[in-house]
Amino acid sequence: MSEEQMTGAKMVVEALRDQGVDVVFGYPGGAVLPIYDEIFQQNRIRHILVRHEQGAVHAAEGYARSTGKPGVVLVTSGPGATNAVTGLTDALMDSIPIVVLTGQVPTFMIGTDGFQEADTVGITRPCTKHNWLVRETDVLAGTIHEAFHVATHGRPGPVLVDIPKDVQFANGTYVGPKDVKTTHYTPKVKGDIELVTALAEAMETAKRPVFYTGGGVINSGNKASALLRQLVDMTGFPITSTLMGLGAYPSNGKNWLGMLGMHGLYEANLAMHDCDLMINVGARFDDRITGRIQDFSPGSVKAHIDIDPSSINKVIHVELPIIGDVAHVLEDLLKVWKTRGAKTDGAALKAWWNQIEDWRSVDCLKFKQIGKTIKPQHAIARLEALTRDHPDRYICTEVGQHQMWAAQYMHFNDPNRWMTSGGLGTMGYGFPASIGVQMAHPDALVINVAGEASWLMNMQEMGTAAQYRLPVKQFILNNERLGMVRQWQELLHGERYSHSWSEALPDFVKLAEAFGAKGIYCDNPDDLDEAIKEMLAYDGPVIMDCLVEKHENCFPMIPSGEPHNKMILGENADTQSAIKEGGAVLV
Amino acid sequence: MSPLKIKRGSSSHSAYDLRDYHEQTIERHTLAVVVDNEAGVLARVIGLFSGRGYNIESLTVAEIDHTGHRSRITVVTTGTPSVIEQIKAQLGRIVPVHEVHDLTVEGPSVERELALFKVTGKGDARVEALRLADIFRANVVDSTLESFVFEVTGTSEKIDAFAELMRPLGLSELARTGVAALARSKADDKPS
Ligand SMILES: Cc1cc2nc3c(=O)[nH]c(=O)nc-3n(C[C@H](O)[C@H](O)[C@H](O)COP(=O)(O)OP(=O)(O)OC[C@H]3O[C@@H](n4cnc5c(N)ncnc54)[C@H](O)[C@@H]3O)c2cc1C
Ligand SMILES: Cc1ncc(C[n+]2csc(CCOP(=O)(O)OP(=O)(O)O)c2C)c(N)n1
Repeated sequence: MSEEQMTGAKMVVEALRDQGVDVVFGYPGGAVLPIYDEIFQQNRIRHILVRHEQGAVHAAEGYARSTGKPGVVLVTSGPGATNAVTGLTDALMDSIPIVVLTGQVPTFMIGTDGFQEADTVGITRPCTKHNWLVRETDVLAGTIHEAFHVATHGRPGPVLVDIPKDVQFANGTYVGPKDVKTTHYTPKVKGDIELVTALAEAMETAKRPVFYTGGGVINSGNKASALLRQLVDMTGFPITSTLMGLGAYPSNGKNWLGMLGMHGLYEANLAMHDCDLMINVGARFDDRITGRIQDFSPGSVKAHIDIDPSSINKVIHVELPIIGDVAHVLEDLLKVWKTRGAKTDGAALKAWWNQIEDWRSVDCLKFKQIGKTIKPQHAIARLEALTRDHPDRYICTEVGQHQMWAAQYMHFNDPNRWMTSGGLGTMGYGFPASIGVQMAHPDALVINVAGEASWLMNMQEMGTAAQYRLPVKQFILNNERLGMVRQWQELLHGERYSHSWSEALPDFVKLAEAFGAKGIYCDNPDDLDEAIKEMLAYDGPVIMDCLVEKHENCFPMIPSGEPHNKMILGENADTQSAIKEGGAVLV
Repeated sequence: MSPLKIKRGSSSHSAYDLRDYHEQTIERHTLAVVVDNEAGVLARVIGLFSGRGYNIESLTVAEIDHTGHRSRITVVTTGTPSVIEQIKAQLGRIVPVHEVHDLTVEGPSVERELALFKVTGKGDARVEALRLADIFRANVVDSTLESFVFEVTGTSEKIDAFAELMRPLGLSELARTGVAALARSKADDKPS
């Protein structure tokens, strides 16, 4: 069956099936019509018609992040492909495996400025892990299989296959995934055992160790999370995670410090600053984490486990660079450390935990819900309380203050339950991502915690949610402001709020109703629980317009250009001079 | 609170200032990159350098194995040691890249560049140009009554030096290939 003559268009569908694809997010156009014709004539792959190609890519990201499988997108040439660029860049920054198929003008017209011609591989070269322009039908199937291989091996990422229309019409030989000549792309997954042993040794004597974990643990898969839990529980070391790694270690685990970084928890950031052994597991020393490089954790020995050699020593110099896959390396590390007697410095650890408890007692996330206005923190805390026990909950976010509050006040006990745009910070990510998640998990509770401004950026996807009856809950914290921008203007630009408010907002209830969905409005703390319950109870897409305090700032915050121990806490926040001249140029 | 001595306010560098300019010197490295000879591969390499702000001093590329579809790109670049390490790691991430060799650190290597010089002149200048060309072991590959085209092969420094000498003697055009480089033979080299 695997060597058969067929058209390129049919090959596409066949190859997707052979790759185990069950859903494709896409939007048709002239240059992909033959493929759409094939999709029409089968029913094993479901096609979800989005309302904008950016939405298709974010939906595929949501699908991928929540399943661990690659997400698939099909769009037309020219504007279809250029509309996909933001999503591709987002997936590249956050290491999300997606495969994007684009139509292209026929090979004989390439270079003539043909109708809807764009240099798609040229435009997407810097925002894909790899891309291909397929010029012959005979190599089409092999290229698609290779694309899946590259997207999902090593550091995952987006790939794109550009398929000219004549290649779709022509006949060629189909090859199955097993018959494709193996590619040379086989990144190393086992870590150097000498370095692993050195790390085990360092763990035995560390007095103030900390695990700093990231998205790489999620990328590595469930086994990595399980091994991480075992390692943390056995060593008794404290653990913090980046925004991208939330859920790999459960937030109800006893060694959990909470998220670190610019809006991370006080105890997590101070533990990072004061530790003597930092064990980075699949995180990339992002600038939201390090703050001022020169003052980043000055007294620690640092180990870094990462599958991508270019992540190592890119920003922070480490003493123990371990190149490999998280699950493979943790397995070896556990083995070596256990064989050597599973030792730690118990007395020192006790003192370290006492110190951490001291920091924890600051209770950096405390807030007061007073008055008749809903505090955004309170809204999220109530959402958390009312959904915490749901057996199958997924949370997406847009970008801004609400995203940080969701990261702070919501708790994740499993990997792949938290979908957010970290590296690129793409407003408009969350809504389509929630659609992708719901497609993958039809019976799950999928909530998108949104800001009104971000949500409007891809609101056209209401059509998709309505058409496919996807019961995604859009929980909009409506502060009528571009809140995060407003916060920076307060801190950095003398409270001159240049263009950072949302005017002419729609009536979100009517908007929902216009799409045949449900709208809920809430502006009173006393009604909040009921409103949330109503949202949860409704079987279909819901927009909940939750009016919140307009001028709330998100704390704790490490002002840009400052070290970890210069955090601003909510209580005594002196926001006027928080960001100094040197930090002002940073984003 | 902290048991560690923390330097405070000791530096006004920004968070993006990843390299310590005061301690690290700029080095020149010659990298040999073996790639699949496929469409766009050179654009990927060049795009990496421009996108991440690395320097290219010289770049040459040509197919070296027709049946195996392999090309060899030789890049001469400059940067601090940590930037050079990043460049190598970033090159290694490009999917059609098979090997990255840093000829500058991987033992002795030889570098050659070829250049063509058009020198226009009459009388003494013409005679002097020919005399110097002889010293540099340049070949005359074309000549008219008023001009020569010289071919010089050697290190980039030799070509620089020859260009300096030819300038006052009527150098009117210069074409250089950029550097090609190979590691010197080792005992265990095998035919490929
Ligand atoms: C408004 C805003 C505020 C933010 N504030 C914060 C904040 O306060 N705190 C915070 O943490 N983030 C924050 N972020 C997110 C931040 O920008 C980064 O996206 C995030 O910190 C990066 O997470 P990470 O280091 O886990 O890396 P990721 O981007 O998840 O990268 C994963 C790393 O793991 C490696 N890897 C991948 N797969 C494997 C594998 N199988 N084995 C081994 N290694 C692997 C990769 O090579 C990479 O180096 C914020 C974002 C926004 C938009
Ligand atoms: C596409 C895009 N444009 C601009 C920005 C810059 N930006 C970051 S947060 C933000 C405001 C977000 O406002 P909103 O969605 O209402 O969330 P809030 O911060 O108020 O919670 C802006 C404009 C961005 N991240 N993405």
